[in-house]
Amino acid sequence: MIDREIAVETKGLTKIYGKGNTEVIAMRNVDLIVRRGEVVALLGPSGSGKSTLLTAVGLINPPTSGKVMINGALVLDGPDAFLNLTTFRRNHIGFVFQKSNLIPFLSASENVRVALELNGMTGTGAKKRTMELLEYLGISDRADNLPAMLSGGQQQRVAVARALANRPSLILADEPTAALDSVRGRQVMELFRKVAHEQNGAVIVVTHDHRALDVFDLIYEMEDGTIRRKEDERNDAHRPNDDRAQAHRKDDQGDGFKDGGNEEGAKG
Amino acid sequence: MNLAVKDIRHNLGRFALTSFGIGMLLMMVMGMVGIYRGMIEDATLLIDNLGADIWVVQNNTRGPFAEVSRVPRNLLDRVAVIPGITSAREFIYHMIQREREGNPLRMGVVGLSWPLDKGEWLPLIAGRSLSQAHYEMVADQTLGIGLGEKLRLGKETFSVVGITKGMISSGGDGLAFFTVDDAQLIQFDTPGEAVRLERASRLERGAKADIGLSQPPLLERALGPSSSIPALGPPMVSAVIATLHPSFEPSAVLSVLSGWKDVSVYTAEAQRQLMLKGMVEMARKQIGLFTALLTFISAIIMALILYTLTLEKVHEIALLKLIGAPNRVILSMILQQALFLAMAGYGIAYLAGQKVFPNFPRRVILLDSDLFTLALIVLGISIASSILGIYKAVRVNPNEALAG
Repeated sequence: MIDREIAVETKGLTKIYGKGNTEVIAMRNVDLIVRRGEVVALLGPSGSGKSTLLTAVGLINPPTSGKVMINGALVLDGPDAFLNLTTFRRNHIGFVFQKSNLIPFLSASENVRVALELNGMTGTGAKKRTMELLEYLGISDRADNLPAMLSGGQQQRVAVARALANRPSLILADEPTAALDSVRGRQVMELFRKVAHEQNGAVIVVTHDHRALDVFDLIYEMEDGTIRRKEDERNDAHRPNDDRAQAHRKDDQGDGFKDGGNEEGAKG
Repeated sequence: MNLAVKDIRHNLGRFALTSFGIGMLLMMVMGMVGIYRGMIEDATLLIDNLGADIWVVQNNTRGPFAEVSRVPRNLLDRVAVIPGITSAREFIYHMIQREREGNPLRMGVVGLSWPLDKGEWLPLIAGRSLSQAHYEMVADQTLGIGLGEKLRLGKETFSVVGITKGMISSGGDGLAFFTVDDAQLIQFDTPGEAVRLERASRLERGAKADIGLSQPPLLERALGPSSSIPALGPPMVSAVIATLHPSFEPSAVLSVLSGWKDVSVYTAEAQRQLMLKGMVEMARKQIGLFTALLTFISAIIMALILYTLTLEKVHEIALLKLIGAPNRVILSMILQQALFLAMAGYGIAYLAGQKVFPNFPRRVILLDSDLFTLALIVLGISIASSILGIYKAVRVNPNEALAG
């Protein structure tokens, strides 16, 4: 039976680059479950496999082996796709990156609208939804500005608005605060939390920014291609205190995180 | 939302500059095609405009435009009486180069059969056609001689009474129209000293001949002008041209004329083909090949420009793919930009050509059919050129958006 609350689930995800002497294992048997409404941090040094996991879950860099299921549907089994990835990505996944993530020749509102139009929403419907999102993110007054005329924080808000445009069940963010100062960085992280909880989406954030870890419901760390839970190192004083997170914490020993996919799963 | 237009508007300066560059390239292609057409038009201009059906020229020659042709003036009377001929005219054509105000002046001298042909058919833009048998000329504007100006050619001075437009020789020099007699004066202009020497020589030859010794009055004539000596015919003309009665079969008239051993006969179309296949053939091939080469180079340059423009947008393309843009959206953006670039370039080429080509020394004729064909070629080039860019764009991995 399909658990509708699970936004994304990976099983035995492995990614190997190259062959023979040049073979590099970027990701080993990664098992992960993220539920709707959760904000999950992915920590780890460079080359640990964070971005590989993110791109595999984002359906842009298929794994060598292992399964990716989104909203209960098997999307990838190794490199084999069971659905049209472009269409699936458009309908179910939103992306936010550290910088240069807006199309420079489109205004803030157009950057949001383009995602809607690609999904078939045009005309006044698209305009209305765009303005709703920009207002929700507090940037409607800069709707007509090109990205070059926006600050880093404003650009990230537009990127978040675009990521939310098609009401995705999963938002993937790669170092979204790297180009921002601490205040702006925290605002963006809190924005993800707001989005996850208010829009019932799952958010996975790759970050190096340890100052805002209290925003996340769950924290994972990657090292040498393997994943493990890092909850104990969080500052409990700043831990989220909503019901969903509480419920998740109760579940920690259960299916919230499958230990089979962490260090023990790194045998191969 | 049209992504191609948005991108162009955002980079309008670069697009305008690129379009201008392509426009200049296409203008060169357009110019070469125009020069090619102009060359054909110039070569056949007189043949088409004189309104002659038949050209009677010196035996075994290809007519006055291809080589020197000389036929006696009385050939006119022989041709005129053949059944089926409605009119016959003398015709003279030769090139001269003189000096005017310190600059070389090259012109094609055309002798018209006065009074039958006064040049009423000439495309005048000022003045009138010839109205007297001597000392008047009609000049093409490319010669740079103004209406009413006097021009000294040989021993005579001619008044410019009319200015034509577009009357050019196959070599690109302007034409000037005179009566046949005046054209001969110019062609056979002999200095006074040469005339005196020839008369003395004539006298000497006569004095040694029996007829000169037996009839002294003949020797006296030797010292007079050539026209007073019956044995010396009048100067020759280049050709005799004739028009046929519509009810007569041209082949019947041609068969009569072809029987004459002293001349060669051509229809106007044959004369036209001789011009195209003879004098201008090499130039036509040269220009044709150069045009093809230029078109090929334009295609390569356009392909490189479009490829470079695509390379510059790799990150944006990856980003679009990442947010779910299918390949057709990317393909459409690149193809539309290629078409916009081609259209803008073509428009610039056409508009710039309209300003620039009239200043070329040779005629540049842009036919609608050629412009349409070129537009289709440019359309084809832009589509073909964009393939390289599209190939690159389709291969862009959404992953590249993560590179920042």
